[in-house]
Amino acid sequence: MNDELRAPIAFAIMGILLAIVGFTQSWSVSLSVINLCIISSIMAIGVNLQWGYGGLFNAGVMGFTALGGLTAVLVSHDPIYEAWDKAGVGIVISTIIFVLSITALLFVFRNIENKQIRNTLIILIIVFGLIGINNFYGPSIDIIESINPAKTGFLGGLGLPIIFSWLIAAVVAGLVAWVIGKITLRLRSDYLAIATLGISEIVIAVVKHEDWLSRGVKNVSGLDRPVPYEIELQQSEWFLNLIERINFSKLEAIQSLSSRQDLLNDLVIDSSGIFVKLCYAGLFFSVLLLIFYLSQLALNSPWGRMLRAIRDNEEAASAMGKNIFAQHLQIFIIGSAIIGIAGAMLTTLDGQFTPGSYRPLRFTFIIWLMVIIGGSGNNLGSIFGGFFIWFIWIEAEPLSIGFMNMLAGGLEYDNPLRMHLLGSAAHLRLFIMGLLLLLALRFMPKGVIPEKIQKK
Amino acid sequence: MEDFEFINAMVLLANFVIVPALSYGSQLALATLSLTIIYGVLRFSNFAQADWMSFGTMATILFTWLFQSAGISAGILPTALLALPFAIIVTALFCLLIDRSVYSFYRKQKSQPIVLMIVSVGVMFILQAVVRFIIGPNDRKFFDGEKYIVHALDFKNYFGLEEGLTIKSTQLITVVVALVAMISLFYFLQKTKLGKSMRAYSNNEDLALLSGINPEKIVIVTWIISSILITTAGVLYGLDKSFKPFTYFNLLLPMFAAAIVGGIGSPIGAVIGGYVIAFSEITLTYAYKKFFVYLLPESLEPSGLMQVLSTDYKFAISFIILVIVLIVRPTGIVRGKII
Repeated sequence: MNDELRAPIAFAIMGILLAIVGFTQSWSVSLSVINLCIISSIMAIGVNLQWGYGGLFNAGVMGFTALGGLTAVLVSHDPIYEAWDKAGVGIVISTIIFVLSITALLFVFRNIENKQIRNTLIILIIVFGLIGINNFYGPSIDIIESINPAKTGFLGGLGLPIIFSWLIAAVVAGLVAWVIGKITLRLRSDYLAIATLGISEIVIAVVKHEDWLSRGVKNVSGLDRPVPYEIELQQSEWFLNLIERINFSKLEAIQSLSSRQDLLNDLVIDSSGIFVKLCYAGLFFSVLLLIFYLSQLALNSPWGRMLRAIRDNEEAASAMGKNIFAQHLQIFIIGSAIIGIAGAMLTTLDGQFTPGSYRPLRFTFIIWLMVIIGGSGNNLGSIFGGFFIWFIWIEAEPLSIGFMNMLAGGLEYDNPLRMHLLGSAAHLRLFIMGLLLLLALRFMPKGVIPEKIQKK
Repeated sequence: MEDFEFINAMVLLANFVIVPALSYGSQLALATLSLTIIYGVLRFSNFAQADWMSFGTMATILFTWLFQSAGISAGILPTALLALPFAIIVTALFCLLIDRSVYSFYRKQKSQPIVLMIVSVGVMFILQAVVRFIIGPNDRKFFDGEKYIVHALDFKNYFGLEEGLTIKSTQLITVVVALVAMISLFYFLQKTKLGKSMRAYSNNEDLALLSGINPEKIVIVTWIISSILITTAGVLYGLDKSFKPFTYFNLLLPMFAAAIVGGIGSPIGAVIGGYVIAFSEITLTYAYKKFFVYLLPESLEPSGLMQVLSTDYKFAISFIILVIVLIVRPTGIVRGKII
C-alpha cells in the first residue's frame, strides 16, 4: 500500500468504528470513548517522544499519570483552612527538614572526598533527618486526618480553576522525571525501564497512603469542572432555545402541546449530557492539536534530527560532539511532562481522583501498545494508536461476552462451564491486547503508520 | 523475669523479623535466579517473569486439587509439593511453546534486547489473561498438612519466656527447598558439561558457537531451569502466604531490584540480592517499639512505634536500595555482566 495513504485510511476506519458505536449504542457512549481516546493519544505522544524519538523505555507512565491527577486535585480543590491552621506549620517544617536533608546529602556526596567522613556524615544526616521529620510529621498528619475525616481530612488544594492544573501537572511530572533521569539515564536502557517501573509504584503508594495529601483510597470527588454542569444547561434559556431550534421539525410533528413539552424535556436532558461531553472533547482536542503541532515542529527541527541520530547510532552522535546524556534527559522530561498533562486531563474528565484505580496494565503497558501498534517515531501513528487501542480496550468486553456466549451456546443455562466462561470473559481483553502486540511486533514492526524516513 | 529481657527481645526479633525475612528472602532469591538466568543467557529483561510465577503456581494448585480429590496426600507435608514436579513440566512445556512461537523469531533476527523486552510485555499480557481465565483473579490458599513446627504458645510455656517464637512449617520447607534448589543449580552450572556450556554461551556467544555448542539446546535448557526455579519460588510463596495473580505481578519489582542489586546475570548475585531486598523490606518496616521496651530501662522507653517506614512502602524500599546501588555501584554487589 502507498505509505501516503496509510494515515487517511487508518483514521477513516477509526471514524467509521466510532460512528458505528454512535449509531448502535449511543452517541453519548461514542463521545465518552472519544474523550478517553484523545487523552490516551496525548499520553501516547508523550511515550512516543521518549521511545520513538529518543529510544528510551519508560515503564512508569502510570506514575506520571497519577502525578498529573494529584496535581489536578491540589490545584483545584479548595484549601481546608482548619487543617492548615492546626497542622500546617508541622507539615511545612517537616518538608523543610526533608529538603534540607536531601540537599545536605547531595552536598556531602559531591564535595567530601574522604570516604570515612563522608559515610559518617551521610548516616548522621539520615538519622537526624528521620528523627526531625518524625517529630513534626506524625502529630501533624494525625491532626489533619482527624478534621472532618468523612468529607475532607486532608490539606486541600489551592482553589484555582482546574484547567491551570494541566500546565502545573507538566511542571510537576517534568521535575520528577528530571530526578529519575539524573539517576538512571547514564546507565543501560533496561535500568531505565526498571527504575521507572519502581518510581511509578512509589508514586501510587504515596497517593494511596498519604491521606493528608490526597485523601488516599477515600478518593477526592466533586472536583471543579472547566465546562458547564448539565443541570445548569437544562435551566438556561439559550440552551433550551438551541435544542428547540435543532429539533424544530421533530417537535412540529407533534400535535398535543403537553406531549411536545415532554419530548422537549427529554431532548434537553439528553443533549445536555452530550453537550458537556462535546465541550470536553473540544477542550481536549485543542490540547491534542497543540501538542501534536509542537511535537511535529520539534521532530522536524535540527533538535529532532539530532535526537534521531542519537537513537540510531549513539557512538557516531557522540563522536560528533553531542552530549547524549543531556539530550536523553531533555526528551525524557518533555515526554513525562506531556504524560503528566494527560493525567491531569483524565482526572478533570472523571471529576474525581481515585488512587486505587491506577494499575500498571491500564496506565503503562496499554499506552506502550498504542505507541508500538500506531507506529513508533510517528506522532500521527501514536494518535491513531491511542484511538484504536483504547477503542479495542473498551469494546473488547462486550465482544468477549458475545464470543463466550457463542462458545457456550449449546450448554445449559446453569452449566458450570458456561458460568465459568461467561464469568471470565472480562479477562479475554488482556489476551486480545497481548496478541495484538505480539502480532504487530512480528508482522508490522513499524506500526500502522510508520515513521517517515526523510531523505534529502 | 528481669534477666530474660535480652532473650525476650531477641526472640521477638527472631519471630517477627529474622524468620519471615529468611523465608521471603529464599523465595525471592529463587525467583531472581530465574530472572537472572534468562537475562544472562537469552540477554533480555523478562517482564513476563512474575507472570510465569503465577502460571506455575496456578498449575501446581490445579494438580493439588486433582490429588486432593483423588485422596492422595503427602502426610504432614503440603500436597502442593507432590504436585510441584508435574506443574514444572507443564510450565516448562508452555515456556518452550512460547519460545518457539514468539521469542525464537527475534533471536534469529538478532534483535536488540529492548525489542525482546517489549515482546515479553506482550507475553505478560497473554499469561495474565490465561491465568485469570483459568483460575480467576481472586485470592487462593492451597496449603494443607501440618501448619506449625514450633508454636508460640508451646515455646513460651517450654522456656518460660514472655515472647513466643512461631515457626510455620512452610517457612522451614521454603528454606530447605530453596537451599536444595540453589545447591543443585550451582552444581549444575559449575560441574556439568551442559552447565559449563551454558555459562560459556552466556559469556561469549560467538566463541561458544565456534566451540560447537548447540545454541538451541542451551536455550531449551535455560527455559527449563527458569521454569523449575520460578515455579518453585511461586509455590513456596503461595504456601507461605497465598496465591493471587495481582500480588504475584507486583513481585516483579523486588525481583528486578534483587537482580540488579546482586549484579544482573550473576547467579550468586541473585541469591545475595534476594536476601538483601527481603531483609531490608522487613527490617525497615518492622515497628521496634516492643523490642526497645525490653532492652532499655523504663525511663528511656520510646514513645513512637520506632518504625523507619510504614509497611505501605515496601515497594519503596526495594526501589531505594536499587537507586543507591545504581548510584554507588551500578554493576551490583557481585560484579554482574553488562550484556
